[in-house]
Amino acid sequence: MFKNVLFLSAGLAAVLSAAPVAAQTEIAWWHAMDAELGKKLEEIANGFNASQTEFKVIPTYKGSYPETLTAAIAAFRANEQPAIVQVFEVGTGTMMAAKGAVYPVYQLMADNGEPWDPSGFLAPVTGYYSDTDGNILSMPFNSSTPIMYYNKDVFEKAGLDRETAPKTWAEVEEFSKKIVESGAAPCGFTTGWVSWIQLENLSAIHDQPYGTLENGFGGLGTEFTFNGEVQTKHWENLKKWADEGLFEYGGPVGGADAPPKFYSQECAIYMNSSASRAGVINNAKDFEVGFAPLPYYDDVTTDPKNSIIGGATLWALNGKDPEVYKGVAQFFTYLSSPEIQAGWHQFTGYLPVTNAAYELGKEQGYYEANPGSDVAINQITRGTPTANSKGVRFGNLTQIRTVVDEEFEALLAGSKSAKEALDAAVERGNQILRDFEAANS
Amino acid sequence: MQTKRTIFPNKLLPYLLLAPQLAVTLIFFIWPAVQAVKSSFEREDPFGFKTTFIWFDNYKRLFADPTYLNSVGKTAVFAVSVTLLAMSVSLLLAVSVNRVLRTNRLYTTLLVWPYAVAPVVVGILWWFMFNPSIGIAPYLLRGLGINWNHRIDGSHAMLLVIIAASWKQISYNFLFFVAGLQSVPQSLTEAAAIDGAGPFKRFWTIVFPLLSPTTFFLLIVNINYAMFDTFGIIDATTSGGPAQATNILVYKVYADGFLGLNIGSSAAQSVVLMLIVIALTAIQFRYIERRVQY
Repeated sequence: MFKNVLFLSAGLAAVLSAAPVAAQTEIAWWHAMDAELGKKLEEIANGFNASQTEFKVIPTYKGSYPETLTAAIAAFRANEQPAIVQVFEVGTGTMMAAKGAVYPVYQLMADNGEPWDPSGFLAPVTGYYSDTDGNILSMPFNSSTPIMYYNKDVFEKAGLDRETAPKTWAEVEEFSKKIVESGAAPCGFTTGWVSWIQLENLSAIHDQPYGTLENGFGGLGTEFTFNGEVQTKHWENLKKWADEGLFEYGGPVGGADAPPKFYSQECAIYMNSSASRAGVINNAKDFEVGFAPLPYYDDVTTDPKNSIIGGATLWALNGKDPEVYKGVAQFFTYLSSPEIQAGWHQFTGYLPVTNAAYELGKEQGYYEANPGSDVAINQITRGTPTANSKGVRFGNLTQIRTVVDEEFEALLAGSKSAKEALDAAVERGNQILRDFEAANS
Repeated sequence: MQTKRTIFPNKLLPYLLLAPQLAVTLIFFIWPAVQAVKSSFEREDPFGFKTTFIWFDNYKRLFADPTYLNSVGKTAVFAVSVTLLAMSVSLLLAVSVNRVLRTNRLYTTLLVWPYAVAPVVVGILWWFMFNPSIGIAPYLLRGLGINWNHRIDGSHAMLLVIIAASWKQISYNFLFFVAGLQSVPQSLTEAAAIDGAGPFKRFWTIVFPLLSPTTFFLLIVNINYAMFDTFGIIDATTSGGPAQATNILVYKVYADGFLGLNIGSSAAQSVVLMLIVIALTAIQFRYIERRVQY
């Protein structure tokens, strides 16, 4: 009733003002990008809106990734969903299982006659977001991978070479010891996203399985196997380094305390998403930052595999008018154009999701002018991906990551050994996987 | 007991007058509660496409789940500590203010302020003061040789949320205690003083027993507060961590339902909470209405 009155009066106002502009179709886009990234994202939407007159993309910030996903699901159940929602890689399993809710992007593009070439995307990106038939279900937008940032000035103060980042975990330990003992900084290293970086990526880089059935790509019956020898040893080390004061924990999920530890020069080395680049550059005013690939254990492998994807993709949700989807398809084409992608990638530190955007960056001489900006893409495309390094696909991964965080905290608190913590995480994680299997099969 | 009875000749009018309130209750309380009970017997995917009726499976799983039992334990520790701390400190403050004659209005006003602060803001305040990297409290504690880190140490985290939650509730308790103290007849304390009872003895043998209705009322209110109203504080300070050390029942409902998208289990948990509220309310009505008296 009230709504109708509102619409009526809005319509009346529109008639009265008699603007000569044709009615624009509005496209709601819910996203989880704040601060520097959010501003850049709105710039992109504005760019699209200015490039044509038919459609208007309206970006809305909905909070963190989990909050955005939850909001979209709740909205879908109430039939108030946005046309586009940004879902982080962790939610991929959940979205893929929700077949009725999602308008697969390959189909969306075909239905609306927009050009669509999956081979134009980076191989690891395509692999991560394709279904079992090889179709891409969501629009790759902001993909990232974890890298290592380090404080060159602190390195120098500690008597280390400011241009040499630690390559292996043994070197991370050695450098951290020097840094702490020399008093150059009170802490060697910290990390964001413990579950993603110190377990999922650790497993991929060392070619260790994270779960059965090809890390979950092979079906819902998958079970976790991340309590292997390599992972256990790594967590043992992290605990040991935490006790020695070399490593400081930055908190659960994304690790909200980790960035300030690096910015304030408390910790000299910082592992986090390549997309932290914009924030790091913005906040590292008093020191120079170096960029390097993630370290590995040289006694486990001499040939570290590619790291895996994080970040998010854009999902089109069902239940809108065909006109809206026409606009969504056009917007996606705009979004994946080399100029826009390269601009986004270069500003934020996210990966260039298309080969064309990467090539454009090379032509522009961006990577030469900005040393370290290609660390992420080199790391994620190195070697041939194996079944263990092409990514992970698990339902309810948000919950599972929470479990991993909790067990990691139990390890740090000394109430469990590394083996016990990982075993418990596997057991609790499997329980969650069974729930998901039961609810979705 | 004699009750007055007014007879309305019009049978419809009273119902009409009640209708708005009933409608609000039905729409915002009864209907969601029924939905929660219904969901608690179902297993559903997040988007609500597939719903399976599974009888008591959600409940069975819940009570066999060590993390849920852990949450029950944490809730008990949290609720009891917050209630004790908030009530004892506020009683102490109320008694002190009651003795100050001239400026007690000023103290009362100042002491009530924290009650106006939203729970999330309370959480952020304490989070900020106790933040292991940037907070002032860990810095001072380090000087005393205590390495404060509620990110890792579960008991630190529990202590932090207890302090934060109590701090906010002290104002509320304080108001009731001040009012209660003012209704204690002066003649009784004066008589006791004449009989030679010191201030401490007067308090324990006269004032405190006469305060018991207020105390009992506050006891129930505080337990309710600690169990159900502290979501914002937990969310902003610890998010239930580390390793579920502060994952109280209310927070777990949110974490499992909204973050974990496990609607069935979350609904079952909220039904259990609903039963606890009903029990507490029953106790309150049964005993408070009858008044605790000596």
